Amino acid sequence: MAEIKLADSKVQELKDVCKKFEYDKGELINVLHAAQVIFGYLPAEVQEIVADELKVNIAHVYGVVTFYSFFTMTPKGEHPVSVCMGTACYVRGAEKVLDEFKRLLDVKVGETTPDGKFSVSSLRCVGACGLAPVVTVGEKVYGRVAPEDVKDILSEYN
Amino acid sequence: MAHYKNHILVCGGTGCRASQGEEIVENLKQAVADNSLENDIQVVRTGCFGFCEKGPIVKMIPDNTFYVSVTPEDAGEIISEHCVKGRKVERMLFTDPETKEHVSDSKDMGFYKKQIRIALRNCGFINPENIDEYVARDGYGALGKVLTEMTPEEAIKIIKDSGLRGRGGGGFPTGLKWEITNQVENDEKYVVCNADEGDPGAFMDRSILEGDPHSVLEAMAICGYCIGGSNGLIYIRAEYPLAIDRLKIAIEQARELGVLGKDIFGTGFDFDVELRYGAGAFVCGEETSLIHSMEGLRGEPTVKPPFPSVSGYKGKPTNVNNVETFANIPVIINEGAEYFASIGTEKSKGTKVFALAGKINNVGLIEVPMGITLREVIFDIGGGIKDGKKFKSVQTGGPSGGCLTEKHLDIPIDYDNLLACGSMMGSGGMIVMDEDDCMVSVAKFYLDFTVEESCGKCAPCRVGNKRLYEILDKITQGKATEEDLGILRNLGNVIKDTSLCGLGQTSPNPVLSTMDNFKDEYMAHVKDGKCPAGQCKDLMEYVISEETCVGCTLCSRVCPVDAIAGDKKQPHVIDTVACIKCGACMDKCKFNAISIQ
Repeated sequence: MAEIKLADSKVQELKDVCKKFEYDKGELINVLHAAQVIFGYLPAEVQEIVADELKVNIAHVYGVVTFYSFFTMTPKGEHPVSVCMGTACYVRGAEKVLDEFKRLLDVKVGETTPDGKFSVSSLRCVGACGLAPVVTVGEKVYGRVAPEDVKDILSEYN
Repeated sequence: MAHYKNHILVCGGTGCRASQGEEIVENLKQAVADNSLENDIQVVRTGCFGFCEKGPIVKMIPDNTFYVSVTPEDAGEIISEHCVKGRKVERMLFTDPETKEHVSDSKDMGFYKKQIRIALRNCGFINPENIDEYVARDGYGALGKVLTEMTPEEAIKIIKDSGLRGRGGGGFPTGLKWEITNQVENDEKYVVCNADEGDPGAFMDRSILEGDPHSVLEAMAICGYCIGGSNGLIYIRAEYPLAIDRLKIAIEQARELGVLGKDIFGTGFDFDVELRYGAGAFVCGEETSLIHSMEGLRGEPTVKPPFPSVSGYKGKPTNVNNVETFANIPVIINEGAEYFASIGTEKSKGTKVFALAGKINNVGLIEVPMGITLREVIFDIGGGIKDGKKFKSVQTGGPSGGCLTEKHLDIPIDYDNLLACGSMMGSGGMIVMDEDDCMVSVAKFYLDFTVEESCGKCAPCRVGNKRLYEILDKITQGKATEEDLGILRNLGNVIKDTSLCGLGQTSPNPVLSTMDNFKDEYMAHVKDGKCPAGQCKDLMEYVISEETCVGCTLCSRVCPVDAIAGDKKQPHVIDTVACIKCGACMDKCKFNAISIQ
């Protein structure tokens, strides 16, 4: 993987976070949450800084990052699309909605479109089961989505 | 506090907020101001009312008028008609699906009639961001009572006598857990609230934290006093931003009021609560995994014993309870063990919150006494199956539970009865399925979840579930043999017997229970290569009937891949090679001309 140049100001921000948590190894997950807010994702370079600051092995950091689905090592799209695949949404046809997003954007789940505009992921229950099937694009929530609505939803962001 | 003549309660739960709940609050406030009624009417954003199907919900106090499916544009009319002219806005009232009459008071609705709200007592009633409203509802009274009138042992006895069992799924007696932690000698102990609600389709913990966060904080402090600990930790999913915000506000207000912090009520008892964030791992609902995750490690389980009660967070005695379990505690202390024990069945006392979802008319969050039947829940409270379809199955207990059928409908729901039927209580997800759902696909859906969420530590769960999934996948493609069914069952039992933690020990349940209850459906896939429910794409083809099709062109226009051809007013034809089997055409056809073969 090509080296990524991280902005100095953001690196400093991350170091400040580590300091705030008093370099406590037990706070690794909280530090990673903060790091993901700062950088949007957790590439190897970010993990290296965290490992150095908290004085833990980088393999340990990598192990934690890859264990939890909330952490991602690939940047999300400008408009991250998440299709709820909780059971309630599933039985109300979420899979067909997800298939339609994948088809129209020509990406797989977890991927980002080449122009960086959209990324597609599935998530497990946002807890709005009354609105099933549910799709979120960024912060916006769409309820009772049918496959034929997908085109219109995407066009809102084009 | 100012005294208002009327209160307008607006649901501020995640579901209703997603349907412009915030705009409704803003518009109502604006309309109140436009009519110069600021001194008479208060608009309150509350927690979840439970009736998510009909959200967003607006409730008028004191006359209890319950408006459903409200939009921001309706705000002006609610104020000008209801508040100013004193006339109910009929079109926003709930219509009883049977009598077709408007019902204005929620107490008279089928959805609420059979419910008893203990854990959800304040949800949808108070403003969760204002501690005064919680205090006005006896809040922190139970903590005061315990601290000033009881020894820890006396308080534990009340919890034991109430018969409360863990609401997170296991059903372990709560009082006993507290007693064990109390008896371990250590100067540092921890109270942990498990708010890592990972079961897809269950959202009761989130609703309690969003709607009534103080009830959990109060109960944690009571627990701290009982076990002899002064540190509280709430492990909450990072995916619940609203619940996190409200908890932060609640903790801050509780500290200001002195019900958290040093020397609470002047009794010398210290207790404080901090938040820890999950990062999306289902296995972290298991208490040893959860503790490792809080320590900044991968959330992998360890063998019990030692139990967390003896050696938990940082090696210290740790009492882990779920959100809903905690929410019951203040009521048990205030109303007494006898009151709580008077509700429910012999071995399961009190109430249980269920997230009712799927193919049911009234999706929502309900709290019912233990011992109620599935029939009452699904047909009386849930209002029956959507679109007049036939009931097929209800899945309880999430990925650890099983699928129950028609023959289980009249069994009283409690921990032991559900286990005996091959399912479990779990955290309380209840997903209803109709005749269009393929049970093999549902089992596959759950296995897909388990495979993804298995932490990988023990081989039976890591490898075994993957094999189960592959066999199920073969069945849905029509490539499996009867021998595969035998392997499926054997392997499922081995995984249950040999896995390290609760995740693997229960993960084959969806497979085994559907094999028991829907044997014919499995056989149809294997022997005849057919999916009776018409869900398995590889086993079906969409066909347009030449006789019925009128050539309206609706299907060809809706087809996302242009696989339908035909001239206007001429029968259309589906190109089966290009067809992606999305079913959009069949949903759209007004003449029932499209069928699955």
